[in-house]
Amino acid sequence: MSVTEVRDVRATQPEGGPMRIAAIQRVVPETPESATYWMTWRDGDGEGYAFEAGQFNMLYLFGVGEVAISISSDPMHPHRLGHTVRHVGRVTNAFKLLQPGDEIGIRGPFGRPWPLHEAEGGDLLVIAGGVGVCPVRPAIESAMRHRDKYRRLILLLGARTPDLLPYKDQLDEWVALMERLGVELHLTVDEAVGPWLYDVGVVTTLFPKARIEPGRTTAFMCGPEIMMRFAGRGLLEMGVPPERVWLSMERHMQCGIQLCGHCQLGPLFVCSDGPVFRYDVIAPFMEVRDL
Amino acid sequence: MWYLARDGLDRLIRLLAEQGYEVVGPTVRDGAIVLDRIDGLADLPAGVREEQGPATYELHRTDDDRLFDWAHGPDSAKRFLFPPRELLSTISRNGGGMHHEPDPEDDRPVAFVGLRSCDLHAVEVQDRVFLELDPTYRRRRERALFVGVNCAVPGSTCFCASMGTGPRCTIGFDLALTELDDGFLVEGGSPRGEELLSTLPVREATDDESAQADRIAALAVERMGRTLDTSDMPDLLYRNRTHPRWRDVAERCLACANCTNACPTCFCHDVVDGVSLSGDLASRTREWASCFSAEYSWAAGEVVRESRASRYRQWLTHKFASWIDQYGTSGCVGCGRCITWCPVGIDVTEEIVAIRATDGAVEVVTS
Repeated sequence: MSVTEVRDVRATQPEGGPMRIAAIQRVVPETPESATYWMTWRDGDGEGYAFEAGQFNMLYLFGVGEVAISISSDPMHPHRLGHTVRHVGRVTNAFKLLQPGDEIGIRGPFGRPWPLHEAEGGDLLVIAGGVGVCPVRPAIESAMRHRDKYRRLILLLGARTPDLLPYKDQLDEWVALMERLGVELHLTVDEAVGPWLYDVGVVTTLFPKARIEPGRTTAFMCGPEIMMRFAGRGLLEMGVPPERVWLSMERHMQCGIQLCGHCQLGPLFVCSDGPVFRYDVIAPFMEVRDL
Repeated sequence: MWYLARDGLDRLIRLLAEQGYEVVGPTVRDGAIVLDRIDGLADLPAGVREEQGPATYELHRTDDDRLFDWAHGPDSAKRFLFPPRELLSTISRNGGGMHHEPDPEDDRPVAFVGLRSCDLHAVEVQDRVFLELDPTYRRRRERALFVGVNCAVPGSTCFCASMGTGPRCTIGFDLALTELDDGFLVEGGSPRGEELLSTLPVREATDDESAQADRIAALAVERMGRTLDTSDMPDLLYRNRTHPRWRDVAERCLACANCTNACPTCFCHDVVDGVSLSGDLASRTREWASCFSAEYSWAAGEVVRESRASRYRQWLTHKFASWIDQYGTSGCVGCGRCITWCPVGIDVTEEIVAIRATDGAVEVVTS
């Protein structure tokens, strides 16, 4: 389903569409403060459901409330959804109580996806910090599936410490797959605690090592805003055109359909104009404090 | 243009009720002119005058029986078309299975009597937010009927003439009235309005009566309490995001949300969750929210707009600037309610004048 079609649906249904019901299959702890919730649709509820890499769902816990969470699983399998949830608020903390078999309400998908087609024929550079890798993971999976559409695939993943890097259980699998597919993976942490075989330093320190070719690169970034500001500036300084840099923003999203007002950033509604924005569109707003 | 005798308005109110409408109009309650259900002419605020200014609002009685010689109170159509609190859906959980049910809506259509031009414009502004995206609003809106009243006596905090939204009704009405000494001038604004006119005891207005409507509107513009220079919007506010005035106003602002509640166009809301004591029935309720609260901008475990200055900047910049980019119109209709109902009397027109006067000033952060 394209974003335009999503918008047509929301015009005729309260709250932008039906609340579909899914059941938790598996809970995978990722970091001390986050876990991935794998879920499948209740019989019939997943009919017609499709999403694109970078979109998010509104997840509803019975009696607790809704929260906007990026879909972090492969868009090829819309019937098996993964959402990585960081436990930071009222609703996200209630996720800790979920057990396999528990039901969850889902509205979505919402928002603009990563423009994977923009990177076709050139290099796709993914820069992610901490749980910022979660919203970009579907794009990585899609790019790996269609490996031949891209020249180089470069992933720069960082975290404050090794234990804050999600998807570690899959890392070995990924590394093997990436070697086979010729994906360049670089890992770094701000501070190495315990055994750590990779780099140390903020994610931008990986730039020289990654031998980025500015004229061929399309970059997708997701992580803390400060990381994206520095990484964005770094890419521009190297000569990557601003219109080839994309990032995913986080704001308070309560409705997903540009109605509740909470996610405004300047004139933009992060839920529907984003969450994926082109750098030159979003950067002026990221520079103003508390906007 | 038609003439309707004074008791003809009573006939109109009763006719609308007979046609199945919940008739909502101005009436005095708790020391203010509010919008509430009216059953006839006797419920309207005859002989009432209001005096308002920054942080003040007071009613007076006079010995005449003029029905509309006052400027609006705190209420607008927003409270009816987009209620402060409304159930969106219920979710039941029986034997483990969850079931989501949108709230079935069966309220009566509303006929508004006595809305001023600013408030008719405010409905058009909210239409741009809700009409396409919210079927509940759309249902209410499409069934609603509007009898506007041309303003003769604007309030001291009014500036609709500057915003191009009044004082004379130009859009969004089925019927529009101008109060004369012994009756009303009436014009139809829609096929539905024309249809009503055909059932009312009206006669064609004389040239002299029609000319009176023009004089009343012209006088209302002259009597308007405030003006606002809207030139260079939205850029004026966009380029002054770090202006020192934001800190200045934040020192006066209580972040109480009175302005956003009284504003006829503010649309932000929360969806609040509840659950029954038995634990098997949950509700999702929409409630008005305000960008002046901390939780409004709560994201990923942090408050994005921590300072009061940043919240006031968000509100004012949204209302007068980014609204234009988002919806193709200013979010302000110049009704002045945010000035009157601000407990400390902050005046948006003064704040904008102050920013314009020192356009480009940048706050020096000393910390």
